[in-house]
Amino acid sequence: METLHFHHKVKHRAAGTKAMAIVGVVASGNLEVLVERILPNSDCELDIKTAAEGFGAVWQLVVADFVELRSPGGLKLSINDGGARPDTVAIRLAQAVRLIEDVDP
Amino acid sequence: MTLDEILSSLFPGGHDVGQRDRGLIRGSGALQGDGRVQVLGVVDRTPIGVEEALQLSEWVLDIVARGGNEPILVIVDSGSQRMSKRDELLGLNEYLAHLAKALIYADLQGHATVGLLFGHTAAGAFIATALATRTLVALPGAHPEVMDLPSMSRVTKLPIEFLTEKAKSTPVFAPGLENLARTGAVCAKWDDKRSLADQLHMLLKERGEHRDQRDALGKRRNGRPKAADIQERVRELALRA
Amino acid sequence: MSARSPVERGAGQQRKAASWYEASARERVRLLLDVHSFQELLGPEERQISPHLHIFNLPEQFDDGMIVGKGLLVGRKVFIAAQEGRFMGGAFGEVHGAKLTGMLRAVRDAASIPLFILFDTGGVRLQEANAGELAIAEIMRALMEARIAGARVIGLIGGRAGCYGGGGLIAGCCSALVVSEQGRISVSGPEVIETNLGAEEFDSKDRALVWRTMGGKHRRLIGGADMFVDDTIESFRIAAVKLMRSPRAFDADVLKSEQSRLRQRLDQFGSCADARDIWRMEGVEDPNAVPEMAPDAFIALADKIREPCHDAR
Repeated sequence: METLHFHHKVKHRAAGTKAMAIVGVVASGNLEVLVERILPNSDCELDIKTAAEGFGAVWQLVVADFVELRSPGGLKLSINDGGARPDTVAIRLAQAVRLIEDVDP
Repeated sequence: MTLDEILSSLFPGGHDVGQRDRGLIRGSGALQGDGRVQVLGVVDRTPIGVEEALQLSEWVLDIVARGGNEPILVIVDSGSQRMSKRDELLGLNEYLAHLAKALIYADLQGHATVGLLFGHTAAGAFIATALATRTLVALPGAHPEVMDLPSMSRVTKLPIEFLTEKAKSTPVFAPGLENLARTGAVCAKWDDKRSLADQLHMLLKERGEHRDQRDALGKRRNGRPKAADIQERVRELALRA
Repeated sequence: MSARSPVERGAGQQRKAASWYEASARERVRLLLDVHSFQELLGPEERQISPHLHIFNLPEQFDDGMIVGKGLLVGRKVFIAAQEGRFMGGAFGEVHGAKLTGMLRAVRDAASIPLFILFDTGGVRLQEANAGELAIAEIMRALMEARIAGARVIGLIGGRAGCYGGGGLIAGCCSALVVSEQGRISVSGPEVIETNLGAEEFDSKDRALVWRTMGGKHRRLIGGADMFVDDTIESFRIAAVKLMRSPRAFDADVLKSEQSRLRQRLDQFGSCADARDIWRMEGVEDPNAVPEMAPDAFIALADKIREPCHDAR
């Protein structure tokens, strides 16, 4: 298992008021993303625990793209990864942010 | 100890426990002081299939129907559940569950259930007999397991050497009396050099409340560090308005 | 009767369109219960992960594959526990099991609130085998204490992992079971039977055989499950509402009735070689047609053949 940590400064906070959301399942080729709105508005952090070792550079790129695209300010994303492909990771990250940006019921 | 030695040591005052067919035993024994203990069980490493489970549960329900509060001693040297197309076709899960239900119900009705493991038991048979009693004790040489290591190796696709190595540092998965005691399943190991009647007498005298305390035991013995706290937290949160 | 709100109408559409089998545990819980009514307990943000998986270099899941909580079902307060069948095969580990034990002990203490268990499990998680096995034993005890206190514990079975091993034993303790075509209930799995006894005894690759022997339709026809439903969340919801209605006492009479029912089953079908022989004996005219029967037709047939045995389980 490998752990990775990324921190980015971003322009805008993630929309909405929901405090927490979760998406995905930990299985081969899949991952779960727990997202919590607990950081200052201009910060975004990702804590990743992955079963597939040695892909730090790939994660860095995927995360950088994600942060650039979504500006997920204020969000901490915690990930348990079962060895998902980069495109699956990108989809889950986007799903997680969409979910937490939903208006609170 | 052989079964006969066990029964003699348990019941110096006499017993009528005998082998019925299919590796099942049934009878009763005189307790030290007063009263009798109802005895039933599985011997000769017999796997438990639909017939065996149904017979055992019938005996338990007979005891419940007669009333009173005689303890029930479940003596175990079984295989696993019987593995066959026929047993599953007929719904083995219901037969095993029914046996466990009968034992649990009997215990809650005042028939203290004690499991005595002296040989082997595994998987579904383990759950339906030994683990369905309130207090489980074992004699030296008993060998309970969820699954044997070779099968575990096959299913998990991990080499046996790897599993054996890992088993040195945790009691949480490998077979054996020590591990099942540490995780809280086996309450106590009896001393086969001392009178079993004495030990049974002490156990019945000391038995406390109905509450299932195996998770607390597992925590105390460092075999299951989280179960007791997690279940209590969930229970408490669920009961809040 | 007041008009349903757009939100509720929308939920109804979603439920009808959603496959129970394909859904995640979270989706099943969200859609089964009344809209926005689910409150998770000890959720993923608590990060109560398995203390053992790291030994095997296996990834954890924040909820350890068991989602528990409370909510409303047609306005009534209910408890719910759902297994995620795709995480470690939905298998019982220490934390996973303890969450369900906690819910059951709560049900025992608040007996008027029913608990739905959404089974999706291969049995004990081997990497935590002893903890998993014990969890199952503790769950069964807590379940019986809850039922004796007057509570209903209802199992819903229709997921990818089925309801195997210790899960099958827990299911056998429930007040009632709902099963779909995809659901399977068994103690030993097909591969284990084949490994131990050979393919002549049980060919685990023969899907039709697996489903005839352990699948939802067979369980309904032989009396191992009370209701058979279509593979939609709406169907499961309707069944859940129906089954939670009347509280039922659990006592010696229920056990006696179950003893009779299981004895009868053994006497009647103990010599049958295959499920089709059992179904034929029960009065099904064309047993070979059963696997292909659409849900509605099958439900009508099952209701004709066999009454669910609510007082004998």
